[in-house]
Amino acid sequence: MSMSMSLPPIEAPRDVAQEPLLRVDDLWIGYRSRAGTVPAVRRVSFALGEGESLGLVGESGCGKSTLAYAVMHYLGRSGVRLHGEVRYRGEELAAMSPERLRAIRGQEVAMVYQDPMSSLNPTLTVGEQLMEVPLAHGTATRVQARERAIAMLGEVNLANAEALLARYPHQLSGGQQQRVVIAMALMGEPRLLVMDEPTTGLDVTIEAAILDLIAELQRRRRMALLFISHNLGTVMRVCERIGVMYSGELVEEGATDAVFRRPRHPYTRGLLECLPTFDTDKRTVTLRPIPGQVPAVLKDVEGCVFAPRCMHAQAPGCTTVTPQAEPVVGAPGHTVRCARHAELPPWSPPRAIDAMDAPAVNGGEALLRIEGLHKVYDSARAWSSRGNGGVHALNGVSISAHRGRTLAIVGESGCGKSTLARILTGLEEGNRGTVRFGGVDLAATAVEARTAEMKRAVQMVFQHPEGTLNPSHTVGFAIGRTLARLAATPRRELRRAVERLLQTVHLPPSYARRLPGQLSGGQKQRVAIARALAGSPALVVADEPVSALDVSVQAAILNLLLELQSESETTMLFISHDLAVVRFLADHVCVMYLGQVMEYGTVEAVFQPPYHPYTEALLSAAPVADPDAHQRRIVLEGSLPSATRVPQGCPFHTRCPRKLGDLCETTRPPEHHLPGGHRIACHIPLPELQAIEPVLGPVRAEAGD
Amino acid sequence: MSETTISEARRRPVWLRLLAGLALLRESRVGMIGAGIVVFWVAVAVLAPWISPYPPNATLVPFALPGAAAPDGGVFWLGTDHIGRDILSRVIWGSRTVLIYAPLATGCAYVVGIVLGLVAGYHRGWVDEVLSRFSDLVLSFPVLVLYILIIATYGSSGLNIVLAVTFASAPAVMRIVRGLVLDIRDRDYIAAAQMRGERTSYILFVEILPNVRGPLIVDACLRLGYVIITIGVLGFLGLGLPPPDPDWGGMINETRSMTMAFPHMALFPCLAISSLVLGLNLLADGIREVLLNA
Repeated sequence: MSMSMSLPPIEAPRDVAQEPLLRVDDLWIGYRSRAGTVPAVRRVSFALGEGESLGLVGESGCGKSTLAYAVMHYLGRSGVRLHGEVRYRGEELAAMSPERLRAIRGQEVAMVYQDPMSSLNPTLTVGEQLMEVPLAHGTATRVQARERAIAMLGEVNLANAEALLARYPHQLSGGQQQRVVIAMALMGEPRLLVMDEPTTGLDVTIEAAILDLIAELQRRRRMALLFISHNLGTVMRVCERIGVMYSGELVEEGATDAVFRRPRHPYTRGLLECLPTFDTDKRTVTLRPIPGQVPAVLKDVEGCVFAPRCMHAQAPGCTTVTPQAEPVVGAPGHTVRCARHAELPPWSPPRAIDAMDAPAVNGGEALLRIEGLHKVYDSARAWSSRGNGGVHALNGVSISAHRGRTLAIVGESGCGKSTLARILTGLEEGNRGTVRFGGVDLAATAVEARTAEMKRAVQMVFQHPEGTLNPSHTVGFAIGRTLARLAATPRRELRRAVERLLQTVHLPPSYARRLPGQLSGGQKQRVAIARALAGSPALVVADEPVSALDVSVQAAILNLLLELQSESETTMLFISHDLAVVRFLADHVCVMYLGQVMEYGTVEAVFQPPYHPYTEALLSAAPVADPDAHQRRIVLEGSLPSATRVPQGCPFHTRCPRKLGDLCETTRPPEHHLPGGHRIACHIPLPELQAIEPVLGPVRAEAGD
Repeated sequence: MSETTISEARRRPVWLRLLAGLALLRESRVGMIGAGIVVFWVAVAVLAPWISPYPPNATLVPFALPGAAAPDGGVFWLGTDHIGRDILSRVIWGSRTVLIYAPLATGCAYVVGIVLGLVAGYHRGWVDEVLSRFSDLVLSFPVLVLYILIIATYGSSGLNIVLAVTFASAPAVMRIVRGLVLDIRDRDYIAAAQMRGERTSYILFVEILPNVRGPLIVDACLRLGYVIITIGVLGFLGLGLPPPDPDWGGMINETRSMTMAFPHMALFPCLAISSLVLGLNLLADGIREVLLNA
């Protein structure tokens, strides 16, 4: 008994010199289900040395999270390792005693999960949770543990650490919570940190700060990092090496730079071609989505897993022989699992031919003109409000959208973009200001008060594919009901009209009989688009329609939106936080912050100097999956203020790196008007703003020096 | 209207879908046992005129023990009671009473509870406040006292039992439905329905109601068992159906003074109540299991 109480010393086997910190060898993992064991990870081999960082990317269901859990030797009740080895410093995890595994997990290997709130105990203070790590492992006294906790909070750039120790998790913002979780993981001084989508739920500027922190901590502490993400740009920002997963297999692995510049696997190439980048837009480049979909259940297929979707696949080689991971000639450490990788033509990214040749058309009549729009939500329970006057969701917004064009609204949470969408569609009413649309004022007209014609004219596509369709109704019913209500389609023609709409969104007519549970996320979004188009609306409000989708599906939906818009002259209000998508899709951009418009103009004007300092920070924070893009780093201090307490003066002054002084805190900034309708709301004089260097310069910036 | 054409194409007939649902239940052993017991009692109730050996109210031989020979050459399998009625026949006929009034009462409680819950959850505001406070009031009152008050005031009849159960159970159903609606009302498909200008009743019954059915079915099974117990208790307290029609609770009440000497008179109706309630509880567990796995 006393033997098991004292922790076994962590000593490595003798051949530690040859053994990397972590080695995964031909790993197969499956999940037991009623239908038998379903494989989730197959044939995965990789090694991670002391102080190295490896990013694993892939679309949902590719097995990347399962792999992360396998490294922690935690697969839950239904997960089973079918084959292969996971060795930490040469020692097989599966052969370890529970005590040894516990010691390893706390002190040697630590993990950070996606949702910080599920890693933090809501009933314990931050201090108690941080101190628990060394105390549980018996490596420090309470006083020492407290000192280390304070030091660690400083290390993750949290100011005022002493005060923070006494706080409860719910009193922190999302970014602060994730920093605390990272600090907690680092308390045991781990040699290996496993992170599963650590920044996915966060706002862009917060995400960028955390990613930079992770990269810096990893370098400073010489710690190995296994970083899992669905976002190529994120991995690019943090990791030296990258592994691309598809359908449970690691199809390509190598130095991040090499994989992005010279991808060898057709799937990696496909992913890169799906991504809009900052030097491309809809006039110069078409996104090329990968045909087909990720197989739902992995069967042990003959041949290459990607062959059914691969444009380079050749029978019988690709369809009968399982390809092995082969090294790429001339690129040490770059391996690819493709039988034909040596024969593939060299790859070049879909670059803009010359963006200057095709400027955005600025003209066109304004279909939608929003002026001085205000929206204040009263506090939920009037009698308990402490006189803070409610939530200022929109604070004097003035923008316009042109017929047949796309206006993108960009901003972080609390900027009011969803409130604006709800006012346009009549789900809410504005308090002050006007929304002129085809001769009527939408601002004060809730949906019940709208005429059939007004309802028909404005429709919406929602963010979450899961919530957008009623799970109890078939696709045909959802579209048919909308057709009957908005387009007054006669009953006899309903079935044919539904099929026609399904065809416009590239779904087979037989899908009319399916329930939403039988569709993938991208297909649901297609149905939602078909439903929005049922009444041939003049204005479609799309609230983050692609943010919940995988990259390859996102590309297909963006293409679909473009195609439909070019056919029908529909005006689109596209709400997004993804600047690369906005750069690609939009004609006009409106940058919002805490209910106010910071900058508005054509997409070319907004993405080039002069910028508003907030636009500049957003551009700097955007994850860019392009090794050639030169991105200037701007770190924003502090966290996003809550919309219940919007700062006086310029709302951005609390975080602005270019703040002038008291003026910004007291006076609402004036608008600089530039040619082409470009507006910037900032106290900084225009010539100074014009002198700001571009945040995103391709090779040009380097050549200039 | 127009939805009829699509609904023809969109779904298989109701009975087919019910059968498919029952087929799913096969995956839960507990659920199958529960379903077996419930089906057994339903069959007994339906076939009562053909399978009961004697008329339920016929007085034959008093105080016969289980297995005693009957004067007509048959057997009193479960014995007879103090005035000579065959207990087996009375248990069989008694199942009819229970299986008519318990589902009827539960059904009424559900109709009222669902409508109130949908309205309260969807509209929020003062409607919700008034309905919720009223349901708190009813639920905070001791249920049995409530039943006794209602039935003692308005007299014992099948209709009054149904009314009493509805009054006492509908608030609980309303709370469940309201909780589910609060979650669903903010889904995007509800916003989409509002944007195409649907009436509130359409949104409540076509868009929201089908999506709360899972938890409600489980709750309905459990609640049905509880109502069966309640009807038994009311019968035992003499507030059930007026005699002489057989009623399980009433049978226990009539013979309780003789329990020491003739335990069989009360035992068999007790067993009947327990087995039916147990069957419903197991069925609810099974459905819950299947819903969680689906």
